[in-house]
Amino acid sequence: MKRALASSLLLLLLLPVQAIAQTPPAALAYTPLRDPAEERAARQLMETLRCLVCQGQSIADSDADMAGEMRALVRQRIAAGERPRDVRDWLIARYGDYVSYDPPLGRATVALWLAPLLLLLAGAWLARGTFRRRR
Amino acid sequence: MVKRWLLWLPLCAFGVVIAVIAWGLYQPADRTVRSAMVGKPLPDFALAPLLPGKPGLTSADFRQGKPRLLNVFASWCVPCIAEAPQLMTLKAAGVPIDAIAIKDTAPAVTGFLRANGDPYARIGSDVHSRVQLALGSSGVPETFVIDGRGVIVAQHVGDIRADDVPGLLQALADAR
Repeated sequence: MKRALASSLLLLLLLPVQAIAQTPPAALAYTPLRDPAEERAARQLMETLRCLVCQGQSIADSDADMAGEMRALVRQRIAAGERPRDVRDWLIARYGDYVSYDPPLGRATVALWLAPLLLLLAGAWLARGTFRRRR
Repeated sequence: MVKRWLLWLPLCAFGVVIAVIAWGLYQPADRTVRSAMVGKPLPDFALAPLLPGKPGLTSADFRQGKPRLLNVFASWCVPCIAEAPQLMTLKAAGVPIDAIAIKDTAPAVTGFLRANGDPYARIGSDVHSRVQLALGSSGVPETFVIDGRGVIVAQHVGDIRADDVPGLLQALADAR
């Protein structure tokens, strides 16, 4: 009995837990825009937007259903004449800065923006001291 | 004397970096994406009905003076099956629940509701996740608590477990 239970549990683990959407993706999820300039702008924006399902990827790289719908949304809005920045702001208003790979300067990101500058300054100061000693 | 003390500074700085990294590594990672729409009014939407005899869903349905739950679900979503009994419990407690079905079809949803129970007053069909994106929802299932004026007051990400039910009831009572 115990063994049967264990093996059936094991089998359950082996079953692929696949969630397959019942409807096909939006047309613009996989079709570029007709206007190359618009497609370029849309593409550039997609590369800076995080896929919320597969969080290490951009929506341009992801095959997740949701990333597809986000691509379609970006393309549709760009084609309707919206600026990429507005589309990004619309998504940030819904998901927070996390959705963007291009974090704005803010209270949480100030260290991220200033640390390289400070380190560079410290490096220059150190180098200066070394060079001076050598002379 | 000061110089000798300064010699240790880089090592100390390195130690601090290591400590920060170690602390970050041992911190349990929270990958939950929460909606930034909590506290804001529901975005305007009008979703078509999916099933015969079950009305569709519009944002106006949430401005009738009573708090409601908005459940984002799909028949193809496994954790949605897990939370179904909890939704039935909430329904039995008198909570009005509306739903947005993500990328779904009538036959699939009919089968899902037959197997798991039907807690929903209305079901709107969101074929291309448009309303889901407008809500700041990043997956299924998710549940939003909407007060009687159409303002989102709370969000529950993931399936509702039995021990989440009291919290949701409390959020609904607070929204009154």
